[in-house]
Amino acid sequence: MKIEIKEAGKTYIENGQEFTALKDVNLDIEEGEFICLLGPSGCGKSTLLNAIAGFAPVNHGSIKIDGKEVEKPSEKNVTIFQNYGLLPWRNVSKNVELGLESKKISKEERKKIANRYIELVGLKDYKKSYPRQLSGGMQQRVAIARALAVNPDILFMDEPFAALDAITRMKLQDDILDICKKEKKTIIFVTHDIEEAVYLADRIVVMTPNPGKVKSIVKVPIKHFRERTGDDFLMVRDKIFELFNLKTDNYIEYNI
Amino acid sequence: MKKLVSIKNVIVSLAILIGIWQLLYICSDFSSTLFPSPLQALSALKEMIDNGTLITNIATSMYRFAIGYISSVIIAVLLGLVLGRMPGVFKYVNPSVQLLRPISPTAWMPFIVLLFGIGDLPAIVIIFIAAFFPVLLSTVSAVRNIDPIYIKVSENFGIKQPQLMWKVIFPAAFPQIANGIHLALGTAWIFLVAGEMVGAQSGLGYQIIDARNNVRADILLATIIVIGLIGLLLDTILKIIEKRIPGYVGGDKR
Ligand SMILES: Nc1ncnc2c1ncn2[C@@H]1O[C@H](COP(=O)(O)OP(=O)(O)O)[C@@H](O)[C@H]1O
Ligand SMILES: [Mg+2]
Repeated sequence: MKIEIKEAGKTYIENGQEFTALKDVNLDIEEGEFICLLGPSGCGKSTLLNAIAGFAPVNHGSIKIDGKEVEKPSEKNVTIFQNYGLLPWRNVSKNVELGLESKKISKEERKKIANRYIELVGLKDYKKSYPRQLSGGMQQRVAIARALAVNPDILFMDEPFAALDAITRMKLQDDILDICKKEKKTIIFVTHDIEEAVYLADRIVVMTPNPGKVKSIVKVPIKHFRERTGDDFLMVRDKIFELFNLKTDNYIEYNI
Repeated sequence: MKKLVSIKNVIVSLAILIGIWQLLYICSDFSSTLFPSPLQALSALKEMIDNGTLITNIATSMYRFAIGYISSVIIAVLLGLVLGRMPGVFKYVNPSVQLLRPISPTAWMPFIVLLFGIGDLPAIVIIFIAAFFPVLLSTVSAVRNIDPIYIKVSENFGIKQPQLMWKVIFPAAFPQIANGIHLALGTAWIFLVAGEMVGAQSGLGYQIIDARNNVRADILLATIIVIGLIGLLLDTILKIIEKRIPGYVGGDKR
């Protein structure tokens, strides 16, 4: 599995005017990589993610997965959204089984697979609960189990933890890294949180707005389950700060 | 506890209503044949129960109501689900619907009697019309208002029609559809009586006309009470059914 993005761009027509949401993106993603798309809101992160996932393909350049141009969503690549996208009339088990229902497998097999992933995300005791009875973090775990159940190659995640409190968010960050190791998935993860990107990513795609484009790609050469206060962690974080012109000594230099 | 309080509310409310009736009866100078007391209406009710006319008329009315209402709801929901997913087609259907909708179903009555004669059919058709437009329009708007994320998720997991419709779109739209079905129940019940007053020789609506012709105001009022009670009962039954449906927003299932 390999994703190749070449000169990709996306324009929208709004009130008769052309608006460039994404311009000239070049990026290759290898199997098993954890990629973070990082940038302020409006810089085209979701646009890029939706294009790779096939919900809204690009109208310039090309995006290929395994050499095939992306045209529509596929069961091989599952997207996890910020607001979970669980079906409120189905309990946890039935939600996780959703993606399996269009596959040719028996009911028992379906139950078994669903149970396995519900246990993997730590919701064994909540199989019969409905989404509204669960906390935000638990709901996102259900969405993750549902995505993993169809055994996809790629997981797309669009600010999946943005609506959660800081402590739940850190727990889920560790969990997604755990799962990533166990299940060997390629993950493309959108976030506007610099620390989150540095904690999770093998490579960080730094994006800037007006028009949305890739400013730089930063490798994070630290083994996973990183020390959030370690020197190497802070160094990478500083580098990103610099790319967004957020470093204080930059301002000092300007002022002199 | 909550149930006890609500029973108390019902009893007090009805007692006040009957009290007002009794008061009007005492104060007015109509003869009691024209304006009977609650007690007289009650004995008329007993008379109708004893001679069996009430049960026969209720059965006739309920039969017409069930056929008209259920067929209307099924057709309107199915059509609404399809039209809700085809905004291009609905654009051409909607103007006609908006033209037909404000016409009172009773306005069709003479026309229907001309076509089909007197009997079950006019009442059924009236109920059908009365329920049809509210259910159709609430279904269309329910389908259009469902969170697009459900469609995105289904697309991602390769769920296609017809599964998409009954696994995702219908349940997602259901709370709002149920709302329309519920509102239409009351409307349809109101028009059943109107339909039977003009287009039938049996049923509760006809019984009112019959009582008037025989100057039996006590039977007339007793019938009106029965019509009200059945309407209330239907509404309660629907509420109980709705509460049992999982994920239904109106129910507090925990
Ligand atoms: N369907 C659309 N039609 C018009 N403009 C859009 C559409 N989707 C996104 N945009 C615009 O494209 C830009 C990038 O949006 P998005 O990719 O959602 O940013 P991000 O996810 O980084 O916050 C924004 O300015 C947004 O208003
Ligand atoms: Mg976004």
